[in-house]
Amino acid sequence: MTAFTPSRPVKRGTYVPSLELMPNVLNGSILAIARMISRAEAGYVEASQALAEIYKHAGKAHIVGITGVPGAGKSTLVASLIKAFAAGGCKVGVIAVDPSSPFSGGAILGDRVRMSDAAETCQAFVRSMATRGHLGGLSRSTLQAVDILDAAGYSPIIIETVGVGQDEVEVVTAAHTIVVLSAPGLGDDIQAIKAGILEIADIHAVSKADKPEASAAVSAIKGMLGLGSAVTRSSWSPPVLPVSSVSGERIADLKEAIVGHRAHLRASGELADRQRSICKTRILSTARHLFQQRFDEKAGELERHIQAVVDREVDPTVAACALLGWEDKVPVK
Amino acid sequence: MTDTTMTQDTSTEATPETHPHDTIRVLVAKLGLDGHDRGAKVVARILRDAGMEVVYTGLYKSPKEVVYAAIQEGVDVIGVSLLSGSHVPLFRELGRCLQEQQAGHIFVVAGGVIPKHDYAALLDSGVDAIVPQEARADLIVTTIRNLIANRGRI
Repeated sequence: MTAFTPSRPVKRGTYVPSLELMPNVLNGSILAIARMISRAEAGYVEASQALAEIYKHAGKAHIVGITGVPGAGKSTLVASLIKAFAAGGCKVGVIAVDPSSPFSGGAILGDRVRMSDAAETCQAFVRSMATRGHLGGLSRSTLQAVDILDAAGYSPIIIETVGVGQDEVEVVTAAHTIVVLSAPGLGDDIQAIKAGILEIADIHAVSKADKPEASAAVSAIKGMLGLGSAVTRSSWSPPVLPVSSVSGERIADLKEAIVGHRAHLRASGELADRQRSICKTRILSTARHLFQQRFDEKAGELERHIQAVVDREVDPTVAACALLGWEDKVPVK
Repeated sequence: MTDTTMTQDTSTEATPETHPHDTIRVLVAKLGLDGHDRGAKVVARILRDAGMEVVYTGLYKSPKEVVYAAIQEGVDVIGVSLLSGSHVPLFRELGRCLQEQQAGHIFVVAGGVIPKHDYAALLDSGVDAIVPQEARADLIVTTIRNLIANRGRI
């Protein structure tokens, strides 16, 4: 059994150099933006110069992270936010992150289904990205995709992340405003305490406000915030907002809270601190990624070290230092 | 009237220009009024298990909406499964939208209930491969891999 194909010549692609694509990206060409994001994801060396240039043109967008447990309704909420921001004249960008299969490396990216209509009617740019083995949920290329949309004039840019436990914390280091979405009726007061969720949120939202359990969840979160730690990142008091994408209830309030938070960051001077923290994380996480790549290339050498550790000739720390080329620098701390 | 001779693609080896590390992205689409999505979800899982990233657009999409999504998502292939019998006009419209949006580099792979006497019309409309419904699961994977291997890097 075989596939049926036409006898016309097979389509061949032409590779347009990234530096040539770049002006089209800055002008907002959807094709160019999409192509540049693909190249950033694939890690094409040829694209690095263009990406470095694009970075210099970024920095205007309001980056909003939306996170929360699976099933809380993040994608549906993002669809509502796309409409609310677009109604205010904004060109909205969305990066929707879903996990890659640890077995095959592939992924089913299903967030777009819920945003598809909103994306098309509001001319928003929605890109689905897989984590591709990046455990923290956000990767170098996710943030490069944000840079590309930023440079192309999109704002706000919403990053919707995998809502799995501690991984949410990573989104703090990439966004200016973090919205944590909880679902009512799932034992929220327990979940709200776990995984540092309370600490990372600039805005709390509780989904499905049209359901009776939502107000209990709102109270539980407000209660926990009242008991909150003395160490706060900010002089901003996180509001707790029930929202319903079904009834449209309070979506406008959520939008206003997001806009208000950005204004607060500017007025208080905290925006500069957040920017600094984002840059630091990006440098370190990219450095880690490059190190990892180098180790992947040194597979043969690693095998020898593994054998030495298995045979108890050396301990893992000494082996790690040897792999790094730090024979003289075995750490003592 | 173009004379489209159909060929059977029996090649299974990738050409030297394949870049095995580039992850293939596929948009799995259901066009028009066809409300059966189980087949599309089965195909999505097959492709994911083969290491591809699958964007599923959901039901009741027009060719225009599918092309809009395909361009933004930077997919290499649009895989369309149709059981509703309206394949000829829908694929013609899909091909037209792709050309109009300068997205002719995106491959179109068709599957589902398509009678053989309509194959020529589909291939003329820009469909790059038709996978018969009775085919084994891995045929869709190899078909996609071969299309991309022949295209080279974009």
